[in-house]
Amino acid sequence: MLSAFDKSLLNMLQTDLPIAKRPFAVLAERLGTEEAVVLERLTWLKENGYIRRIGPFFDSVALGYTGTLVAVNVEEEYLEAVAQKINEYVEITHNYERESEYNLWFTLLTPTLERQKEILDTIEKQKGVRRLLSLPTTKKFKISVQFKL
Amino acid sequence: MLDALDKKIICMMQDEFPLVENPYQEIADKIGISEDELLKRLTSYKETGKIRKMGAVLRHREVGYRSNALCLWIVPKERLEEIGSFMAKNPEISHCYDRVVVPDWQYNLYTMVHAHSREECKEIAARLAEKTGLTEYTMLFSVKEWKKTSMRYFHDEHK
Repeated sequence: MLSAFDKSLLNMLQTDLPIAKRPFAVLAERLGTEEAVVLERLTWLKENGYIRRIGPFFDSVALGYTGTLVAVNVEEEYLEAVAQKINEYVEITHNYERESEYNLWFTLLTPTLERQKEILDTIEKQKGVRRLLSLPTTKKFKISVQFKL
Repeated sequence: MLDALDKKIICMMQDEFPLVENPYQEIADKIGISEDELLKRLTSYKETGKIRKMGAVLRHREVGYRSNALCLWIVPKERLEEIGSFMAKNPEISHCYDRVVVPDWQYNLYTMVHAHSREECKEIAARLAEKTGLTEYTMLFSVKEWKKTSMRYFHDEHK
């Protein structure tokens, strides 16, 4: 169970980890506690699976990458094989099976459009793939994965 | 433009963040630069938008958000700005993107909804539909997470 202190710490850490010397001492001061306490709780929260990742989250477009969301309509009996094939690519970070005529949805980030096309062509040719839609973003209104605890 | 050192820093910053008193010093040592140089470059990435967030992302299931749905909307072009901004203000929505429309798929606004249960996801979408007046939408609930990882930028060049 998360304590009230853990929740305050996670709420703060979700929005801002200081880019400064002794960043956890800065957080500790904001929370009215000691650096050692913050480090001890964060280590526990990480080890117990509450924290997926700490660090910088980069804007893929600002780094020169091209992204798209891909919807695939796959015959049920080939679904697992196609999902495994999709998972092989490091450029594909999220791959979800969803309740829809398009039953696999994945995100693809590549340094070039050529690489994107190469990957999509390969996946489209997998046995059992009926249709594949590439749905690139035209405008981002929000990207902010934060959970108020 | 990013130079070779920028790419190396970006690559290394995607490794596990050390939970120690001087984490930036530890990372800088691995890269082979001073802590001050690392802090200076990271600050500039943040200021120029290359870093959109410095902090933690939680595992949503572990913190109680057990259900997520990709909620897709058909939004008339002339209302896109207004509705996109409205959706973005809702805390239950983590992502809100406008995407291209293709012949077989007419939805253009994509919102990721997180809640404690499937029922709650549906209630959130119904409330958003009512507030916006949008009538054409669908909810795609996830039934299996086949893969979820963090992106590794410039990985090939440095590992």
